[in-house]
Amino acid sequence: MNRKVKFFFQSQVDVFRGDWLGIAGAIILGCFILMAVFAPLIAPYKPDEMIYRDGRLQRLQPPSLRHPFGTTQMGHDIFSQVIYGSRAAVLVGVLSAVLVSIIGTSVGIISGYYGGTIDAFLMRLVDLSFGIPFLPFIIILVALTGLTFWNVVIGITLLLWRTPARVIRSQVLSLKTRPFVEASRVLGASNFRIMVFQIAPNVLPLTFANTALAMGWAILTEANISFLGYGDPRMASWGKVLFQVYILQAMTIAWWWVLAPGLAIILLVLSGFFIGRAYEKVTNPRLKEF
Amino acid sequence: MGKRSFIIKRIIHMGITLFLLITIVFLMFRLLPGDPLAMYVNTDMPIEVQKALLSRFGLDKPLHEQYFLYLRNLFTGDMGQSFHYGQPVIHLIMERFWNTIVLMSVGIGLAYIVGILLGALAAWKRGSTFEIVSIFLTVSLRSAPLFWIGIIFIMIFSMWLDLLPLGGIRTPGLKLASTWEKFFSLDFLYHMILPAFTLAIYYIGTPFLIMRSTMLEVMNEEFIEIVKAKGVKTWQVLFKHAMRNSMLPAVTMLSVMVSFIMGGQVMLETIFRWPGLGSEIVQSINTRDYPMAQALFVMMGAVILVMNFIVDLLYHYLDPRVTYE
Repeated sequence: MNRKVKFFFQSQVDVFRGDWLGIAGAIILGCFILMAVFAPLIAPYKPDEMIYRDGRLQRLQPPSLRHPFGTTQMGHDIFSQVIYGSRAAVLVGVLSAVLVSIIGTSVGIISGYYGGTIDAFLMRLVDLSFGIPFLPFIIILVALTGLTFWNVVIGITLLLWRTPARVIRSQVLSLKTRPFVEASRVLGASNFRIMVFQIAPNVLPLTFANTALAMGWAILTEANISFLGYGDPRMASWGKVLFQVYILQAMTIAWWWVLAPGLAIILLVLSGFFIGRAYEKVTNPRLKEF
Repeated sequence: MGKRSFIIKRIIHMGITLFLLITIVFLMFRLLPGDPLAMYVNTDMPIEVQKALLSRFGLDKPLHEQYFLYLRNLFTGDMGQSFHYGQPVIHLIMERFWNTIVLMSVGIGLAYIVGILLGALAAWKRGSTFEIVSIFLTVSLRSAPLFWIGIIFIMIFSMWLDLLPLGGIRTPGLKLASTWEKFFSLDFLYHMILPAFTLAIYYIGTPFLIMRSTMLEVMNEEFIEIVKAKGVKTWQVLFKHAMRNSMLPAVTMLSVMVSFIMGGQVMLETIFRWPGLGSEIVQSINTRDYPMAQALFVMMGAVILVMNFIVDLLYHYLDPRVTYE
């Protein structure tokens, strides 16, 4: 078992070997996770703190050494808002991605392995979820069940499992005809055993690729939801910062207010894309570059 | 299986999915914890008024009866009255439907045309700065939130340069001579430029990357050498072949993206105050106008399903190897 674990980690390292974009993605993601965890230590102010200096509210200050990303109309420090906002993004992104991959991979394996009625039923379900308008579904769900970040995660998971399910199913369809699966069936292995020990390890790179891509989608969704005012009210979020610029139409005077939160979103989503790309190359060697 | 029976089977499939979607919407609005009834039947009202209101909307009946009533009404095109506008939902929706479809088709069409051209060019100029910059830009744009790109464009083109309107679909107070003029006038075009451009920029990545990689593949194939030997203009041949080969993956991607595109429409229309299905669904949820929200949701789902159907047909039309099964 120990050797297997070691092999697993070795193969994870191999995925990124020589792939600069993959490495960059992993580093960026790591930085954002650290930022989210240690936000109170890094951020000089609280995200909703009104900053006074010499008794005057620091409104709409352009970027300076004191406020690297400037300040808002309400006198908040945007640098601190971006740092605290990483918590919502990372939390929603990582949790949804993990849930989506677990459900999507299980459905894909079961559907592809058993075939027949189970497959038909599960694939109809996938078709259905592809027919549901993504963002409206989540907004309605959150509006009806309450504005908490868990409800956002549940909404995203309820729809996003469809992509890995479909992709992994087609991989399993080809895997299950391979000799090693036949061999273990002849040796008397149960279906469950074959799915968990023969098929699952072989679809793992594909699962990880989808986890990383799902993380990107989830982060964008969280930003969208917060921008529309349906985010968790107790949490700072990049989408919420951008919502404030937009309703005050302050972008004409304060470009810095728009720039920093948007670039943070792009960077984090890109990191997921690069990591996903690194795993995709393992499963599809034809993708040597983009 | 023949073409005809494939189409029929596919339509039946679509019907079943649509039916399931309608059912899900019904259950979502009635069974989820935050009871939408509570939003318009005020508990401060006298009991009789509350009861009268409930029975007017058929909400005092058991759930299964409500469900059949809902199905029957939907089937006859009766989607109820909007609480917010006090008008039949169906009229309100049809107008917004066309606004959304026009904007969406122009934006996506633009993305595909420009994306395919740029993708071919990037492959042709392999290893150049143009290739690297265009890849970097399209990938980054795809990672940005759509509304953020919209805000940046509003900031640059509407506020700083003062070239284009901040939003809306036509100049306020403008009298329309005909329905024709609604979509075919300079004023409409003037209002559509920025949202359509935003949409196109956002979705350009997919056709761009697909076209580029198929073009590279085609460039490595043997028959190209023969073509070159014949003295035919290489670029033309490459483009034509790559174009044909990349059609299939580009179309397939579209069917996966449709659900996201419809969701993206929500953000785009909200930012540009475009009176379409997307901006209206946000507004109807904000104002607790739940017959409207419900109908809009079904409508958006139906649009996605029909577009998926069209994409499927296109796919089979484009690839002669595919048998209809």
